[in-house]
Amino acid sequence: MEWETVIGLEIHAQLRTKSKIFSSASTAFGAAPNTQACAVDLGLPGVLPVVNAEAIRMATKFGLATNSEVCKHSVFARKNYFYPDLPKGYQISQMELPIVGVGSIDIDLEDGTKKTIGITRAHLEEDAGKSLHEDYQGMTGIDLNRAGTPLLEIVSEPDMRSAKEAVAYMKKIHSLVQYLEICDGNMAEGSFRCDANVSVRPKGQKEYGTRAELKNINSFRFVERAINLEVERQIEEIEDGRKVVQETRLYDADKHETRSMRSKEEANDYRYFPDPDLLPVVLDDVYLEEVRKTLPELPAEKSTRFVNDLGLSEYDAGILTTSRELADFFEAVINESVEAKLTANWIIGDVSARLNKEDLSITDCPVSVIHLAGMLKRIEDNTISGKIAKDVFDGMWKGEGDADTVIEKKGLKQITDNSAIEAIIDEVISNSPNQLEQYRSGKDKLFGYFVGQVMKASQGKANPAQVNTILKDKLK
Amino acid sequence: MYHTKTLSELSALLEAGDVTSVQLTEHFLQRIKNHDTELNSFITITAEPALKAATAADEKRKAGKAGPLTGIPIAHKDIFCTKNIKTSCGSKMLDNFVSPYDATVVEKMQQAGMIILGKTNMDEFAMGSSNETSFFGPVKNPWNTKAVPGGSSGGSASSVAARLTPAATGTDTGGSIRQPASLCGITGLKPTYGRVSRYGMIAFASSLDQAGPMAQSAEDCALLLNAMSGFDPKDSTSLEKDVPDYTADLNKPLDGLKIGLPKEYFDEGLSKTTNDIVQKAIDEYKAMGAEIIDISLPNTHLAVPVYYVVAPAECSSNLSRFDGVRFGHRCEEPKDLEDLYKRSRGEGFGDEVKRRILIGTYALSAGYYDAYYIKAQQLRRMISDDFTRAFEKVDVIMGPTSPETAFNIGEKSDDPISMYLSDIYTIAVNLAGLPGMSVPAGFNNKMPVGLQIIANHFDESRLLNVAHQYQQKTDWHKAIPEQFK
Repeated sequence: MEWETVIGLEIHAQLRTKSKIFSSASTAFGAAPNTQACAVDLGLPGVLPVVNAEAIRMATKFGLATNSEVCKHSVFARKNYFYPDLPKGYQISQMELPIVGVGSIDIDLEDGTKKTIGITRAHLEEDAGKSLHEDYQGMTGIDLNRAGTPLLEIVSEPDMRSAKEAVAYMKKIHSLVQYLEICDGNMAEGSFRCDANVSVRPKGQKEYGTRAELKNINSFRFVERAINLEVERQIEEIEDGRKVVQETRLYDADKHETRSMRSKEEANDYRYFPDPDLLPVVLDDVYLEEVRKTLPELPAEKSTRFVNDLGLSEYDAGILTTSRELADFFEAVINESVEAKLTANWIIGDVSARLNKEDLSITDCPVSVIHLAGMLKRIEDNTISGKIAKDVFDGMWKGEGDADTVIEKKGLKQITDNSAIEAIIDEVISNSPNQLEQYRSGKDKLFGYFVGQVMKASQGKANPAQVNTILKDKLK
Repeated sequence: MYHTKTLSELSALLEAGDVTSVQLTEHFLQRIKNHDTELNSFITITAEPALKAATAADEKRKAGKAGPLTGIPIAHKDIFCTKNIKTSCGSKMLDNFVSPYDATVVEKMQQAGMIILGKTNMDEFAMGSSNETSFFGPVKNPWNTKAVPGGSSGGSASSVAARLTPAATGTDTGGSIRQPASLCGITGLKPTYGRVSRYGMIAFASSLDQAGPMAQSAEDCALLLNAMSGFDPKDSTSLEKDVPDYTADLNKPLDGLKIGLPKEYFDEGLSKTTNDIVQKAIDEYKAMGAEIIDISLPNTHLAVPVYYVVAPAECSSNLSRFDGVRFGHRCEEPKDLEDLYKRSRGEGFGDEVKRRILIGTYALSAGYYDAYYIKAQQLRRMISDDFTRAFEKVDVIMGPTSPETAFNIGEKSDDPISMYLSDIYTIAVNLAGLPGMSVPAGFNNKMPVGLQIIANHFDESRLLNVAHQYQQKTDWHKAIPEQFK
């Protein structure tokens, strides 16, 4: 039987507020345990939450950017359960009335087409603390630094049909929240993570199959692996005559398996009810308009502009807009009066390749915008060839100075003097009598041989266009 | 002697230099020492820091920096968090708890210069109407030490009635200031919800809890409310509304005042003697030129059932933080996490608290939420609407505070329903978020009876004016139990 996979994602994006969602304690990552937890975060008797206006603003930005309904009246609710790293015995979240309602986002599929993924809702909530199970001699340590960190939980419709689509969607949201500057997107630190609801059904069937929820996946690679693994498991269950049970499963990246955490029957009754300590969040049109004005140019808009105004291909524009930092880097370079297409080729090509190789992000690129632009200008004015530029780029990467310095120091300047090129060509021709003879007797293919020899003799510095012209002339 | 004086009288004596804050503080500490073994109205007495603060207050006065309350002692209900002083909330759960911060109310009274004598006894987590649920033992009523003082602010009411402190703070979730004020013969005010900050007040039912003053007179309550009120950025439910001088309108004549008497407050549940006493108080108002209007609050009968869904629901969640993990009671040698929770909470909470957590958990459970919690919220709105309509016709509403006078200790301990009904006239006021007062209006069989006055939202000035005028014509509020004179 042919099976169809159905996936919905719940993405938790940690909002980039300076202080926590209901207290004034700092949200900075990595401090010594419990040094960033105030009386409110510790859930001491008598303390009260006060909502951080910045968190509301960030959630509103997300809603506006995804053309979602931003709810003018939303309510914080308590989700009640006991756990040692949940200090109050309840988590403040939103249940019936979330701040962001129905919306959607387009994702790009591998075949170049687009697909619209529905967003069911996005709600604000506080994160819990951390339980530390090692180093406490059989006991558990509690670190409440993370308790009260603002999260935006973005819930999608079950619109994705493969692990690849799920990853594309997750990447899209990941890029968007960074564009909006509402989340730092740092997956290693847990600032951006997701739960995946996965089910399978026979192709053509309308009803959804029973789903399992895969918890807390914190990398794109793991999302793809975990979903594929779970799909295989579910199909195997059904084909072996068993049933998929509704449950929460944990993906273990080390063992490469998913395993059951708890079944539906064991699920908590969270006893949600509106938090009486907090007033409903009421937003008016004036506020929404104000926030709308602060929205940056979004990836899709930016990409269209790159195509229409700068003449880039859709493919290039798409890659350059995957992250705001990359797009900003690109625009900064062309603002130094460098041609757009050349800049795009370099950033997508050599720059990205080198960054990937050394596991760096564009913001850590050792070659500055000014240096890269300087080098590209030398390509434009024929001081160096594209090939030589690779050496120049390498020099700049290693901190040997700007393009002109590297060119000078390494003597990489392109030879554009016709007589100099002629001299090299003459020498090459006189050293290759056999090839000359063959060429002249009709073996046109050997032209490449001569170009190669000339470039070699000039150590790659001869201007290729000039070499072509002169060589053709001389070989006649 | 000093203990028979009101706050304004003490303030005048201090200002005139006839007494120092140290002398006053010593006097009241001595009275607590002499009498409180009998009443058990204090959980913690803070003699040393009190005297230190009194010395500082005297210096402040010398420097010409004293306000009307500077140097006057006060006692705080043990529900308010106090830095460096144990805050038990009447529970074994918090018998070892010292807060690292002061509640806003405590901070404000300290800014006003008041001296903390100690922390008063109360029903455990403010759940009770008799002060019998306290882990620290029942408080006694100074008018008859076999009787309860009411609750949950029983320690505050008892200590003010016995003049062990000139004034005290209380909290009122369903009548916890007004009912004990009534049963102990003192004046108590529950302000409008949102008037006084709840920050640092250990939450029982967040949408109902409100702090307020308990004192000898309406005038004293006005002085205390001046210091206590105001918006607090740390409490989202406190209102950003200017605080008037609550003493300004005290002497306004009551000519033409429209008093509403809800027929539901004078039905068969009310004892004849209490009814007679309340009627006599009404006559007093008539004589002052007030107009009496019969009104109806048709949903009054729903108040107690609605309250016993809403309050337990909120408390079941509010009390989840007492889990033995970070503070408070922790059981010995927990086997595992579940054992830690079960035993810490099982040992730390008393029966009434457990009962309400169970009721509340049930009311919020999947499948029951709509039938109980949602329904209760809808009815709460109807109860509130009753008052809105009434205040279109009248300025204040009057009736009894409690259906009966103080009952004996142990009399109702096994009958929670009958205990719950002792708040039948006060609970609706909390559900509607209105300000309400209880003022002494007479005695029934030597036990005090309180008159309840209810006003519209943020109309505390009128409430205090109406109460003060009555106290200019009557002496009930000046009565002191014989053995505490």
